[in-house]
This record gives sequence, C-alpha cells and structure tokens, in this order.
Amino acid sequence: MMREHNRMLTRVDLQLVAGMIDPGSRVLDVGSGDGTLLDHLVNEKKVDGRGLEISTAGVNACVSAGLSVIQGNADTDLAAYPDQAFDYVILSQTLQTMHAPREALTQLLRIGRRAIVSFPNFGHWRVRLNLLVRGRMPYNETLPHEWYDTPNIHLCTIRDFIVLCDELGITIERSIALDAAGNQRRIRTGLFMANLLGEQAVFLLRRH
Amino acid sequence: MTLGSRIKKARETAEKTQEDIAAHFAISREAISLWENDTTRPKSDRLSALARFLNVSLDWLLEGGGASPVGAGIKAWSPEDIPCERVTFGAESPLLLDRGEELAGFTIAYQTYGTLNKDRSNAVLVCHALTGDQFVAGTNPVTGKPGWWDIMIGPGKIVDTNRFFVICPNVLGGCMGSTGPRTINAATGKPWGLDFPVITIADMVRAQARVVDHLGIEKLFMVIGGSMGGMQVLEWASRYPEKVFCAVPVATAAQHSAQNIAFYEVGRQSIMADPEWCQGKYLEEGRRPQRGLSVARMAAHITYLSEVALQHKFGRRLQDRDAVTFGFDADFQVESYLRHQGSTFVDRFDANAYLYITRAMDYFDMAARHEGVLAEAFRDTPVRFCIISFTSDWHYPTAESRRIVQALNAVAANVSFAEIDSDKGHDAFLLDEPEFHKVLGGFINGAAKHRGLAVS
Repeated sequence: MMREHNRMLTRVDLQLVAGMIDPGSRVLDVGSGDGTLLDHLVNEKKVDGRGLEISTAGVNACVSAGLSVIQGNADTDLAAYPDQAFDYVILSQTLQTMHAPREALTQLLRIGRRAIVSFPNFGHWRVRLNLLVRGRMPYNETLPHEWYDTPNIHLCTIRDFIVLCDELGITIERSIALDAAGNQRRIRTGLFMANLLGEQAVFLLRRH
Repeated sequence: MTLGSRIKKARETAEKTQEDIAAHFAISREAISLWENDTTRPKSDRLSALARFLNVSLDWLLEGGGASPVGAGIKAWSPEDIPCERVTFGAESPLLLDRGEELAGFTIAYQTYGTLNKDRSNAVLVCHALTGDQFVAGTNPVTGKPGWWDIMIGPGKIVDTNRFFVICPNVLGGCMGSTGPRTINAATGKPWGLDFPVITIADMVRAQARVVDHLGIEKLFMVIGGSMGGMQVLEWASRYPEKVFCAVPVATAAQHSAQNIAFYEVGRQSIMADPEWCQGKYLEEGRRPQRGLSVARMAAHITYLSEVALQHKFGRRLQDRDAVTFGFDADFQVESYLRHQGSTFVDRFDANAYLYITRAMDYFDMAARHEGVLAEAFRDTPVRFCIISFTSDWHYPTAESRRIVQALNAVAANVSFAEIDSDKGHDAFLLDEPEFHKVLGGFINGAAKHRGLAVS
C-alpha cells in the first residue's frame, strides 16, 4: 500500500529541500530514512527517485511503500554510482553522521549535477550559550542525543560548512537557515546572524 | 492399510523375505513378523532405513500417501506422465546451447495460474530452484504436498493470481516433464542419460523465452525466483531486458562461489559413487542410485539451513531414545531429519537431472561474459529490480546480493535492495517470513502502478 498520509511534508526543512527540486528530475536521496521525503518527491513532484538507507527498518518501510531504495552505507556505497547519474543528490540531516563528510560531499557532486545538503547548525546561539554558561554538550530538539550515544559524529556550524565548500571548489547556489520557529533566513546576506539564529541549514550546491 | 500391511506389501514387491530384513538389521525374524502383524512398530529411525531397504518412500510407508507406492520409482514415474501443460518445439526450431551445439526438438512442461488480461501485461514468470518444479502453487500432484511457493502465490496472496497470470516452467534438464536426462532421446528411443548435453542457466532461460513467446506474451510484468531461480531472473533481465518490466532475484548470486561448487561436487561424487548409478545408465538397467542421490541431498540440505536454525530445531537431542547407542544408527534427531530429507527426495528427483542442474549452477558467472564487469550485463537496463537477501543465508550470502546491487548502481538502474533479518538460512525464501512478504508485496504494488496495472 502506498502511504497516502505521508504525502504532505510536515517538516519545514523537508519542504525546503523539496522546493529546490524541479519536477520530473532524477533524484537520489542518501539516507532516505523511512522514505517520507522520497515518497513526497516521487508522488507529488513525479521525480525518478532512488534512495540509499543504512537501517533495515528504514529500507523495508521504503520498499514496502513501493520506493526504489537500497540498503547500504553512504560512507562506502556512493562510490558505486556513475558520474552525473542524477539531477539532484539529497543528503538530508545525514552529513553529520558520516565518517567522511568531506569525501561524501565530493561524491555527491560527482554523482549528481546538484546536491542538496541539510544539517543541524552547531553554531546556534543555544549551543554556544550552553557550552559557555553550563559547560555541557547541547541536548535539544534538533540535537536530541546525549554525547555518548549520538550518531552525530561530525557536527559543524554553517560557517564551517561554507569554508569546506570553498576548499572543495563547490558553488553554493542557495543557502537558507531555519530558526527555531521555522522561519527562513538568507545565509548569503546575513551569515553572522544566520549562524547564530539558525537551528538547521539547507544548501543547494553545484560544482564550479 | 496398516503400517504392518504396507511393510509386508513393500517386502513382497521388493522380493525379499522376512529373513532378509532381519539379517539387514541384525534382529530376529520374529521381530519382522510382529511388525507385519501390527503387534509392534519399528523404531522411527529404523523406519527410514527400512523404507530405503525396501525401495519405498518413508512417507508411503508411514501414511500410504505421497508419490511413490511400492516399486514406483523406476517405471511408473516417467516425466511424460506428469499431469501439467507442456509445449514441444520441433526439430525445425532447435535451441542453440551455450556449449555450441543445437538441441533439436525439446519439450518444456509448465503450469499456469490465474488469467492473462486483454493487454497481455499481467504475466509473471516464476523460476524454480535446483529441486523445485513447475508446481509452484496449489497442490503438487506428484507429491500430494503444497506447491513449493504456495505460501507466496495464489488467490489473494503476495503474487495474487486474481491479478496476475503466473507461469512456472520446469527447467530444461529437469525431471518433471521438460526435456532432460530422464526423458527419451528420440534419436535412440532410450533415455538421454549422460548423452544429454550439459546445459547452462542461459540455456534454461532461452527455453523459457520460447514458452513465453508461445503463450503470446511480449513483455512479462515480472520475473521472480529464489536461489537458482534468482540466477534465471538475472539472466532474463540481462538477456531480454525489453521483455521484462521488473525482476526479483531472491537469495541468489551472479556467480557460483568456490564453496558452492565444492558442496555440489560432493553431491555429484556421491551420486556417481553409487554402484546403482551404472555410469548414468540406471534407467536402462532398471536400477536406482537412491543412496547416492540421498547423500547428495543431505549434504546440500545442510547448506540451506543455518547453524542457529539447526541448533534451535534439533540441538543434540536424541531420536526416540534416552542414551546414545554406541552404534551408527540415527541416534541424533538431526541425523534422522537429514536421512528423512534424503529418502523422500529420491522419490521425486532424478539423479542425472541433479548432476546436470548443479553443473549449470556451477557454470553460472554473469560477469565472465562481460570481461569480468558485472555492471556491463545490465548497461542501460530499463528493468526495475528488487534484490532480496537473508541475514543467515550462507549458501548465497548478502555479500553476493550486494555485488549485484553495486553493479546495478554502477549503471544507475532502478533498484531496491532489502536484507531480511531471519535465522532460517537460505531456506528462508521459501518460508513464512512476514517482513520478506511485506517488502515484496510493496515492491510489486509499486511496480504494478508504474506498469499501469490495477493496485490491489
């Protein structure tokens, strides 16, 4: 059965990602989870969508919903895809869990003409304040794990990510920060505030 | 009929005396007499030995049912008599085999379930495994047992025969009605035996394609199969991509590993070491290499299970006894189980067919045809794939499926891949595995939607 109830995206970050994708394009969702985003893209945007997901439960949910998803590890399995096979490769809330995020970014833009990357912003004021005042690692809605059991092993700030893109020669076409209320902030025109107030960031990337 | 009367009937048909049986088991003649009067019963492990000694199946001895009443093995079971659909291709349209020669004139036996729709777009081809046959659903008329994938295929099931037209052919080289070593070679009037050409998985698929053409189907909605059936699915997708909408290879590999070749070699050597095999001419000699085939099945069967499954099912538990006997009877339940698997198998399978089909699997290597690059077998494929493996399968482990997935990714094919958590080993693909069925059902519905077929 297709999951009708999942078609509407409730998460603002996913809406933002979906909004960057042209209808009918070829899309690879890396870390597709339970398939919420991919299901939306396939059924509403009529994309030719594929997914890669590490968890068995996630994969089974996706395939059971009729989505083309394979079980695999983004750190190792991206290398098997051919160059420029997709119009968009999405890495949604997954970058910070990868062993080699730098290599992953390179792979994304080898496989896809464009990449869409979203991640939690470690530069958010609450994270900074928490460390400064309480001396504790952040624990909140966006980072809902204790330091000892978090899958997030490579957290970064919005500014860190921009620096990495620069080093890798990646062009940032769009960049948007989302604050706690779900409001969008343009990063390009106000990096300092975006990096302070954005809980998450969504980047649309392409190679130079 | 009682157990005693069946023992007596089997003994008389086998032209043996009570003394013969007594001598075979080193017990008294009176004990045999008591069995035949139904005063006492043979111990259960001895029953399978008795069945073997008297050339009958254990099922028949115990229940009087099943395929092989007394003495049936050699004469009564001829592939030509199996009740099913069949199509014969004459000498005018021979099959060009991988080994380079033509097979002039051959028959493929098959079964169909459900109804072909007006567009001829709802056909599903099911490919069977090494010891499977065309009786995939319903009741197998030969064994009297449910079809090998009855759990999966039928009205309202995962492959719903109310929606799909299911075709299941017996493979070329098989022994359930398709041309193979057990059928009669028209040129000699004798069974083919070892004169039958060594065939490959691709040859089996070429023969199946003829059947599909014969049925007037241009494009199959789905080709599905597990184990050796999965190899055929891969071959179909690679060889006839325009004839396949989606392909589901389950618990399989794109090439036979050294370990698999090794296990099947044990099986073949076991058959060929049986004096009853008669250099492959046992049908003409009126003999049956039951022991060899039985041991081959026992060895292979171990690879279909997992250590966990064996431990869970049998452990070190003893068979109907409180202590080991310091002998070589089946003391352990696992021994009794394997002997039973072996002895029931020989009633429904042909030893030479076992040689040919295992050889076809050993020769299977899809990458070899493409200079070692598996991806090239699927370049520009329009086929939607769903690859499924099982965690405890060591016969065709997940790593083999992953190789296929990587090859398909390398050509940006449309592929789903799920590894199902199961402790049931390779056999899991035949069993009630709800997660497997759920995943497969979802894939089929998704594919049917893309194909424009009604979604259930």
